[in-house]
Amino acid sequence: MSQVTARLRGRYDRNLWFAIFVGPFVLGLLVFVYIPIVWSVVLSFFDAHNTVTPTKFVGLGNYLDMLRDAAFRSSLITFVVFAAFIVPTTFVLSLGLALLVNRARFAKTFFRSVFFLPTASSYVVAALIWKLSIFNGVRFGLANTVLGWFAIEPVAWLSVTQPPWYWLVIVSARMWLQAGFYMILFLAGLQRISPSLYEAAAIDGATGWRVLRYITLPQLRATSTAVLLLLLINAFQAFDEFYNLLSSAGGYPPYARPPLVYLYYAALGQGQDFGHGSAGAVILTLLIAIVALAQGRIVGLGRRDD
Amino acid sequence: MQRSGADKAGSAVRYVVLIGGALLFLLPFYLLVRNGLSTEQDITSPSWKFFPSSLQWGNIGELFRDPAVPMARSLVNSLVIAVVQTAGVLVISGLAGYGLARIPFRYANAVFYFIVATLLIPAAVTFVPSFVLVSTLGWVSTLRGLIVPGLFQAFATFLFRQYFLGFPRELEEAAQLDGTGYWGTFWRVVVPNSMGFIAAIGTITFIGSWNAFLWPLVIAPDQNAWTVQIALSTFLTAQTINLPQLFIAAAIAILPLVVIFIFLQRWIVQGVERSGISE
Repeated sequence: MSQVTARLRGRYDRNLWFAIFVGPFVLGLLVFVYIPIVWSVVLSFFDAHNTVTPTKFVGLGNYLDMLRDAAFRSSLITFVVFAAFIVPTTFVLSLGLALLVNRARFAKTFFRSVFFLPTASSYVVAALIWKLSIFNGVRFGLANTVLGWFAIEPVAWLSVTQPPWYWLVIVSARMWLQAGFYMILFLAGLQRISPSLYEAAAIDGATGWRVLRYITLPQLRATSTAVLLLLLINAFQAFDEFYNLLSSAGGYPPYARPPLVYLYYAALGQGQDFGHGSAGAVILTLLIAIVALAQGRIVGLGRRDD
Repeated sequence: MQRSGADKAGSAVRYVVLIGGALLFLLPFYLLVRNGLSTEQDITSPSWKFFPSSLQWGNIGELFRDPAVPMARSLVNSLVIAVVQTAGVLVISGLAGYGLARIPFRYANAVFYFIVATLLIPAAVTFVPSFVLVSTLGWVSTLRGLIVPGLFQAFATFLFRQYFLGFPRELEEAAQLDGTGYWGTFWRVVVPNSMGFIAAIGTITFIGSWNAFLWPLVIAPDQNAWTVQIALSTFLTAQTINLPQLFIAAAIAILPLVVIFIFLQRWIVQGVERSGISE
């Protein structure tokens, strides 16, 4: 015992101190992140209906089933469609807001706060406002009221698939919630651009669009890459707004099921099929890891704009 | 410097766009409060009114008195989870980040890679395996099951490490000359001089925890363990909906975060900047 305290007091025993500082975190990571992942990979090779200690080995069977499953493939297509809407629109909106706020001469902090405030909202609350107030499918919904001024018939926003108006609801909710977050990242990037570049451009007589095109945007390249990657990864993990906007007492409709919604119903719905659910999780994890690696960086960690 | 007419016009246009945009961004918040303080008839009236005909402050009391809605219980659950998770992440990741940044250890690099490797795997995608583990532990519908898996955030540890790498060494060296070890230096010198950064990570963690949805949905089916987000979601997707009650409940659920955003915005902005692009 006295030996232990002596070692602790002597601040030269660094290994012990390293273990005290880093050990709890590494242990937690091992138990709550690594073990579930390894367990899940094991389950993905077994027939694991309603059990987490299965005995029937099925090899790659679950993976082949998943890849053959039209609903799984369609969830990947849903993600692609969703990303094709949400990534460019949020990117342009948040960059535009950042440029406007950055050049505001007064009330700059006020406007920044207003655009950033929706980040405080959860997707559940946003879905609630969108579903029951703005895009309520009956006549008293706000969007339908506005359409009514132009003598346009009310639209059942979330329950029609031809045309798929539900995309407008889903995408606009996420845009409202996220744009301010990315605006903050762009504002930080804008502040790192050296004023001397703008002074040089002014001397050369460059104004407006040319300054934006030849100085601002190239200087924001690193920020833009990080924002695009974050938008993509977050879109891949979309669940909350889909679930809360579309599911009802009657269940979740057969359309607009992104990967996590598919996985939720496949693995934890009726039957608790952990074998297929795990195989699906492994496939999705590999897909997202490949995207992140292809970008050559992890969640936007990397160089500054310089 | 004289400003040209075109410049002034451009500035005016920018402000028109800014004000229009600000009104659009604030509209959902207004709808939340407006509907929450309306009667059902006001909300569903075919002629849409901007202001309700009378403000129903009684909706708040009714919400908390309704035995079918576990509003108070779910607010307490959310608060306990968010506070414990925030404090836990700050201590666990703060210590780990400092150890990685400052305590020499032969395998420190291997440990670091062991940690950042998990950043490649988005937390949400692993909800199936996490559910399997936590249900095996018997933690379904318990506060433990809701809190503990969220205590080990590789990203927070990574950010703390980066931050402590840039912490001025002179301050620590002065303490170490006085014979203070790693533990004392960390708590008495490093932590008091890093409150800004700690506040930034803390606010971001709190917001994420309060607004979390998928994990509480998966792990806490029992009504006693509902967080406020799950309570809202359950009534939002139910057969019959009490509109004013649901809106006022959502307004109350969002209120703590709006207050945090208004008063602690400086730290949140720093946290977002750090977590988006690290230096």
